Amino acid sequence: MTMIDEKTIKDHGLTLEEYASIVRLIGKAPNLTELGIFSVMWSEHCAYKSSRVYLKGLPTKGKHVIQGPGENAGILDIGDGLAVVFKIESHNHPSFIEPYQGAATGVGGILRDIFTMGARPIAVLNSLRFGPLDNPGNRAIMEGVVSGIAGYGNSIGIPTVGGEIAFEEGYSLNPLVNVFALGLVEKDKIFYAKAEGTGNPVLYVGAKTGRDGIHGATMASAEFGKDTEHKRPNVQVGDPFKEKLLLEACLEVMSTDMIVGIQDMGAAGLTCSTTEMAAKAGAGMEIDLDLVPQREEGMTPYEIMLSESQERMLICAKKEKVGEVQAIFAKWDLDAVVIGHVTEGGRLKVKSKGEDVVDIPVDAVVNLCPVYRRPIKTPEFLRKVSKLPEIPLPADLNEVFFKVISSPTIADKEWIFRQYDHMIQINTALLPGADAAVLRIKGSKKALAMSLDGNSLYTYLDPRQGARIAVSEACRNLACVGARPIGVTNCLNFGNPEKPEVMWQFKEAVGGMAEACRAFEIPVTGGNVSFYNDTEGASIHPTPVLGIVGIIEDIGKALRPGFRTAGDAVILLGENKEELGGSEYLKICAGLQKGVPPGIDLAVERKVHELCLEAITEGLLRSAHDVSDGGLAVCLAECAFHSGKRLGCSIDLGDRIRTDALLFGESQSRIVVTAGPRRAGKVLALARKRKVKARVIGRTGGRDIIVRVRRREVVRIPVGDAFKAWKESIPSRYKIKE
Amino acid sequence: MKVRILVSFKDSVLDPQGQTVKNALHTLGYRSVKEARQGKVFELELDKVSEEEARKLVPEIARKVLANPIIEKYTWQIIQDE
Amino acid sequence: MKFGVVMLPGSNCDHDTFHVLKNVIGRDTVFLWHKDHDLQGVDAVVLPGGFSYGDYLRSGAIARFSPLMQEVKAFARRGGHVLGICNGFQILLELGLLPGAMLRNKDLKFLCQFIHVRIENNRTDFTRAGKKGQVLRIPIAHFDGNYYAPDKVIEDIRANKQIVFRYCDADGKVTDEANVNGSMDGIAGLMNARGNVMGLMPHPERASEALLGSEDGQVIFRSLIEVLEHKGRKAR
Repeated sequence: MTMIDEKTIKDHGLTLEEYASIVRLIGKAPNLTELGIFSVMWSEHCAYKSSRVYLKGLPTKGKHVIQGPGENAGILDIGDGLAVVFKIESHNHPSFIEPYQGAATGVGGILRDIFTMGARPIAVLNSLRFGPLDNPGNRAIMEGVVSGIAGYGNSIGIPTVGGEIAFEEGYSLNPLVNVFALGLVEKDKIFYAKAEGTGNPVLYVGAKTGRDGIHGATMASAEFGKDTEHKRPNVQVGDPFKEKLLLEACLEVMSTDMIVGIQDMGAAGLTCSTTEMAAKAGAGMEIDLDLVPQREEGMTPYEIMLSESQERMLICAKKEKVGEVQAIFAKWDLDAVVIGHVTEGGRLKVKSKGEDVVDIPVDAVVNLCPVYRRPIKTPEFLRKVSKLPEIPLPADLNEVFFKVISSPTIADKEWIFRQYDHMIQINTALLPGADAAVLRIKGSKKALAMSLDGNSLYTYLDPRQGARIAVSEACRNLACVGARPIGVTNCLNFGNPEKPEVMWQFKEAVGGMAEACRAFEIPVTGGNVSFYNDTEGASIHPTPVLGIVGIIEDIGKALRPGFRTAGDAVILLGENKEELGGSEYLKICAGLQKGVPPGIDLAVERKVHELCLEAITEGLLRSAHDVSDGGLAVCLAECAFHSGKRLGCSIDLGDRIRTDALLFGESQSRIVVTAGPRRAGKVLALARKRKVKARVIGRTGGRDIIVRVRRREVVRIPVGDAFKAWKESIPSRYKIKE
Repeated sequence: MKVRILVSFKDSVLDPQGQTVKNALHTLGYRSVKEARQGKVFELELDKVSEEEARKLVPEIARKVLANPIIEKYTWQIIQDE
Repeated sequence: MKFGVVMLPGSNCDHDTFHVLKNVIGRDTVFLWHKDHDLQGVDAVVLPGGFSYGDYLRSGAIARFSPLMQEVKAFARRGGHVLGICNGFQILLELGLLPGAMLRNKDLKFLCQFIHVRIENNRTDFTRAGKKGQVLRIPIAHFDGNYYAPDKVIEDIRANKQIVFRYCDADGKVTDEANVNGSMDGIAGLMNARGNVMGLMPHPERASEALLGSEDGQVIFRSLIEVLEHKGRKAR
C-alpha cells in the first residue's frame, strides 16, 4: 500500500490544498487509485479550474442551440430535421513529443466526441502552428503532424477539408495542433452521456486496454522541461481502422432504441467516462476491472482506470437489449463486454480481484473541483511592444510583395492539403484554399460552411482586440462564401495560468471573444482550453482559435475567391487605413512584432458581412475574398491565383496613407469582390443603402497585378511569377538536396 | 517457437522508401552507405509446431499472405526454439 | 439491373458509390456484406475505395480472404462484371483477377487531387459510352497507386489492349508530369484479358455530380449499364 506523501501529491499535479479538499469531500484519505482519479479529473485539462470563471461570460444561448457547452460537443439545429454536432480540441503537447501519433490521436479523439452523440462525422478542419520552417526540427514536426492527421483522417474516411497553418517563433518548442470536427445527425436521434436506470448494464466496447498515455491529462497540464524524453511512453498510439469499425458499430446501435447513454473514453479513459456518465444522471456506477478487456499482462487497477488507450467507448444499455447490442459489435468484430451496472447513491465503486479498490462519490470528482480566480497582471512588456519604431518606406514594393507572398504563413498550402483526402463522402463543394470549407447536404439545397481562424501576434499585442479580430475574421470568411454564421466553438491556447500576465491575457481574450460573439449574435457551444504551452519558462503568444459554422441557404449561390472574367469591376467593401501594427509585412520585412493590432468596429464589420451576403444572394457578385494576412496586395494576388488562368488586375487607389500600409496593412472589415460591369453599380447602391463604404478600385484583366497610387505605379508583378513564388515556398523547403 | 520472416522488394522493383533513406543518410554525412532497401519484419509465435512442420508452414504463410510474390521476396529463420 | 457494392471493414467509399449508383444514376443498388456468401443476384459487383483492413499488411491484401470475395472471384470467373475502384482495384490485383501490383506513390505522399485520364480503349464494357482518346477529369486519393508489373506482363497487357485509362494532361497528352504517382506506362486503369473485370485508381463516384466539379466519372457507370441493360456486347 503506497503511502501518499507530499511528493506523491505533487507528482499527481495536485496542490496540498486540493488534496485537503479531496479528503474533506470524500470523508477519508484516498488510496493511490482514488488519488489518480482525482489527479486526472481535477487536472486543468479536464476541469478547467483556471478558466471557468471567465468562460462563463461567453454567450451560449441562441435560437439554433440544441446543446451548449458541457457535453461532448455542441449541437445546432440547421432545419429540415437535421442538426450539426461540432467541437474543437487541442493535442498540443503530445504533438511535440510524437508529432505523428500526437496529431493522429488528436483527430481520433475529437471524432469520438462527435459520434458519441449519434452524429456521423462529415468534416475535419485543423489549425496548426509551428516554428519557422528554416529549422529542420520544425520541418520534421510539421511533416509528422500533417502525416498523422492525414494517416488517421484518410483511413477512417472523414475528409479534412480546411483549416489554417501559421509559422512563428515561439511555437518551435510548443507546436499547436487544434482539430475541429463536425457531424450530421437527425434531431431526434441525439445521444447523451448519461448512465440512467438503476440496474442497467454498462458495457465497454472497442479496443483492448493497454498502458498507453497514462497521465496524458496531467501531462497536458504540466510544462515541459529539458528532460521530456521519458514522457514518450505517455503518448497514445492510434488505430484508425479500429475507430472506423467503432464508428460504424456505434452508429448502427444508435439507430435503434437499445441504449440509454454513451460516452467516449478520451482523456482519463475509464475514469472520466464512468464518473461523468454517472454524475450526469445523478446516479452511481459499479464496475469490475477483471472484466475489462486488456492487451497487457498484470495491469494494476490504477493503470486500468487511468489508461488512455484509444478507440474505446462506454455504453449504458437497456437491460433487456444487451444481447442485441453485443451482436452488433460482434458483427463489426469488436469487443463489447458488460463490466458493471448503474447504481443508486451517486458513488463510483470499482472492484478488482474481488476487492473494492475505489469507492468515491462521483459528484466530488466531476462537479466539485475547485474553481480558481488566479491573480492577473497587465504585462510589463506591453508598454514597450506597443510602440512602433520609425519604419522607412521601402524603395521597391515589388520586392516586398515577393517576400510577403512567399512567406510560409501566407504561401500556398497545397503541399499540405493534398495529403488529406478532402473529397471522401462526396460532399466537398469548395476545395481547400477557398475562404471557408463548404459541404453540400445531400438531398438539400442548403450547404454547411466552416472556417477556422486564430491569431497570435494581434492577441499578444492586445488580447481583447486579437480575440475580437479572430471571431470577426472567421465570420468574414463565411460571408465570402455566402454563409451566415450560426455557432462557435473555440480553442484557447495559452501559457502557464499561474503566471499573472498569462491569466490576464486569457481574461482579456475571452472578454474580446464574448463581445464579438454577441455582436454577431453567435452562441458559443463549447470548446477547449489548452494551458501550459510553455517550455523552459517561455510562453507562446496567446492564441485563441475560433471554429465557426455557417449555413448557405442555396448551394448554387456559393462563391469562390478567384477572379472569373477579364473586364469585371474590382470593388473594395470597407476602408483602407494606415495600420501597420502586428502585420505579417512588418514581421517578415522588418523582423518586428510590435505596434497595436488594427482597429475594429464590430458593428461596421457586421454590416460589411451583411452586405456581402445580400450581394451574393442577389446574384450580383462573381467572386469574394476577404483581406487579412498580408493585406490588400496579398488578397488581390490570391484572387488572381484562384482564377485558374493567371488572370490579373489593374487597381487604382487614391488613399492618402503610406503605400506600404495601403498594400500590406491589415485593416479589418474589408472584402474584395468582383462584379460584372453591369452589376457593379447595383453593388455600390446596395452598399450605400446599408451604409457601408464601398468603391470600385479597378478591373480584372491582363496577366499582371498592377497597382497605381494616385496614378503612380507602385506594383507590377506578372501573376505567373507571383504564383510560382507562392506555390513553391513550402514544397521547396522539403525537397531533399542530393 | 518464434520465427522471423523478412519481406522486402524484389531487386527489380524500385524502392523509393529505401532511396529516401539513403539520400537522408548522405545528407547527414554518412556517405559510405552505398545502397539502402526497406522491408518488413514479421515475428510469429508458433504453438506446438516442430521444426519440420515449420519448414512447410512458414513458407506457405509467407507466400500466401505476408509477401506479394509479384513484387516481394522473403527469407525466414527460427529465432527461438522451445 | 442491380448493382452490388461490396462493404468490407474499412470501405469508406461504399456509401459514396451507393449514393451515386442509386440516387444520381438511379439504378437498383444493394450492399454486399463481406461475411456473406450471397451476391443477391446482382448484375455487376463494385469494389469501392477506402482503407479495407486499414491497409494493414498491404492495401487489399487481407480483404481478398473474406467469404464474399471468394464469391466475387467465382462470379468473375463465370464472366460476371466486376469494377474495382482505388482500394477495389488493389483488391483485384491481390486476388489475381487483374495482373500486376501496386507500390507506394513515387513521391511517398498521399495524393488527393483532380487529375485527367485518357480513354485508351473504348471497346470495353466499362468505356463504350465514351470515345477513344476522350479526356476525363476525375479525382484520385491514394497512397499506393503506383502500378507495377514485370516487363513481360506489361507487354502482354499492351498487346491485348487491356489498358483502359492512362494518366494525361488536360489536353490529353500522356506525360511524365501527368503521371503523378509514377505508374508504369502511365496506367491508371486496366482490365483482364476477358474484358469483364476492370480496376482503376481514380474515383469516378467523386466525379458524377456537376456540383462537385465534374460529371466525367459517369461514363464508366453508364457504359456498364448500357451493356447489362441491353444485354448486348460490342465486339472487341
